[in-house]
Amino acid sequence: MQDVYVVSGGVSKFAKARPDVTFQAMVKEAYDYALQDIGMTFKQGVELVDGTVASYFSDHFLRQLKAGSMVHDYLGMAPKHNKRIEGGGATGGLCFQAAWESVASGRFDVCLAFGWETMSRVNTWKGNEFIALASDVNFDYPVGGFYSGYYAMMVTRHMKEYGTTVDQMALVSVKNHNNAYHNPYAQKRMKIKIEDVRNSEMVAWPLTMLDICTMSDGAAVMLFVNEKGLNKLEKALGGARLKPSKVTGVGGGMDAMRMSDRPHGKVPLLSHEKASDYKNLKYPGVHSFRSGRMASKAAYEMAGITDPLNQIDFIELHDAYTSSEIQTYEDMGLCKYGEGGGFVKSGAPFMPNLDYGYKFPKQGLIPVNPSGGLIACGHPVGATGLMQGVFAHWQLQGTIAHHFGDPALQIKNAKRGVIHSHAGTGTYVTVSILEKGF
Amino acid sequence: MADKFRLPETDDGTILFNVPFPKDLKELKNMKPIIIKQPYQIDYIHSYAQDSPFFAGLANGKLLSTKCPECGYTYGTPRLHCMYCGSECDWFELPSEGFVHCFTVCHFGSEEFLPETPFTLILVEWPKVDTLFLARLVNIDPADANLDWIGMKVKAQFKRNSKFKPTDVYFVPA
Repeated sequence: MQDVYVVSGGVSKFAKARPDVTFQAMVKEAYDYALQDIGMTFKQGVELVDGTVASYFSDHFLRQLKAGSMVHDYLGMAPKHNKRIEGGGATGGLCFQAAWESVASGRFDVCLAFGWETMSRVNTWKGNEFIALASDVNFDYPVGGFYSGYYAMMVTRHMKEYGTTVDQMALVSVKNHNNAYHNPYAQKRMKIKIEDVRNSEMVAWPLTMLDICTMSDGAAVMLFVNEKGLNKLEKALGGARLKPSKVTGVGGGMDAMRMSDRPHGKVPLLSHEKASDYKNLKYPGVHSFRSGRMASKAAYEMAGITDPLNQIDFIELHDAYTSSEIQTYEDMGLCKYGEGGGFVKSGAPFMPNLDYGYKFPKQGLIPVNPSGGLIACGHPVGATGLMQGVFAHWQLQGTIAHHFGDPALQIKNAKRGVIHSHAGTGTYVTVSILEKGF
Repeated sequence: MADKFRLPETDDGTILFNVPFPKDLKELKNMKPIIIKQPYQIDYIHSYAQDSPFFAGLANGKLLSTKCPECGYTYGTPRLHCMYCGSECDWFELPSEGFVHCFTVCHFGSEEFLPETPFTLILVEWPKVDTLFLARLVNIDPADANLDWIGMKVKAQFKRNSKFKPTDVYFVPA
């Protein structure tokens, strides 16, 4: 297996609607940015990229099949190899790992991963219907298929099991919106407080509009290389030294599509946990994402992480819901199962340098979603996981100030970041680990 | 003769009788996008296939699920093959009374269900049944939503005119 590096990335500004561009042209915006950031021309891209992987979730939004091939040829990549990756909300994370696989295997020296979603093509409630079709259409969808409803059921059980509160969930929203205030790529840049979250419209009890990410149009791309690809690129760029990030861990997991099928068994332990930590816990039930735990475990083992809280500098975490961010702290072993609510209340996942209007005893211990996450950046499904990868790459390069035009979200001396991508009620989760590679 | 031929004009579909257009083609890059409505409707020929007995059960006032004869795993939502040992499961009738495992009240929803909001979703649990069942809970005030609903005893009722959907069964507080 070969070492894999990320050398560049680009993100289109996420917006409610981009009727001014087709999906191909929207992806090209992100691709052009990634090229210019390392001084590469379009023609050099055509010469040097060996193949591409496309990331987009729903064929329904566009009513266009084979859309991945259409982007591929728009970017001048025909007749090279292309394939499409689809896995619900985790599509982007799965695409990241598919690009990693194609380079780690040596099949490609240079691989472009591109992703997008154009969710504005239908109204929001039709969009929710499309997304809910990613639940069992015999038993789940017809009962009132609505993903916010599914997550709300999961969190009422989390609240009952552990005493997690709506104010703790609201704190996640406060954190991510306030972070995004400094991120020009984000769709919703707002300084808000707990009461703003609780006073916004109720969507699925207890989740309000501000507990839930929005639908967006947007695109993101990442360029992956092995050593040979890195040398080829640097040579083509006249001997320039690139500032890559190294992919040091990948993990994935899934769980039964029907939440009703989730077992009530034992916790798969991370290396820093003991069976006695969870003597009476029935796991995962519907309160936890077993897939998130499996993905974290595999990625940590590959990257040699035995103490995630102290060995990770930041996480871009798939916060489609404030509740799922709290549940995921536990899956990723940042705290024990049941302690997610207290973890956010301690301030640990907040940025160390920003003023959120609250006092926290442990502010900034491990920033989660420094970019603002899905809740504030938006969630154009196929782009989301790659957007996280681009932001993580910029964090590790130390170039956030350059890309955001604002240094506030730069994590000082970031050496290791994690990106976490998640599909419908935890049916797919990927965890990928990036480290400073220069 | 050829230049006299015209395709017949029709008045279906999108018609815009006057489309502004610049004299200078360079101006086209400043054009705002044309956005039209495109309807799309499909009737699927959907087979419930091996899940069909469940829907036949609902039509006969019975809530059915499956149990694995090999390992004994008992499903609250039927699946013909056991996810643990792969054996073919047998059908059995679930008790009509169960308990709320978790819930939500949907104030918004997918387009199809928007007219029904607010509606309450629950996962039902039964003692000695290993998995759960998704259903609507009715005859309860959605405005009263609170965590004490978890653990509530609920009872299955059936629609008289079966629609052959899982909502042919619904639950009320017992």
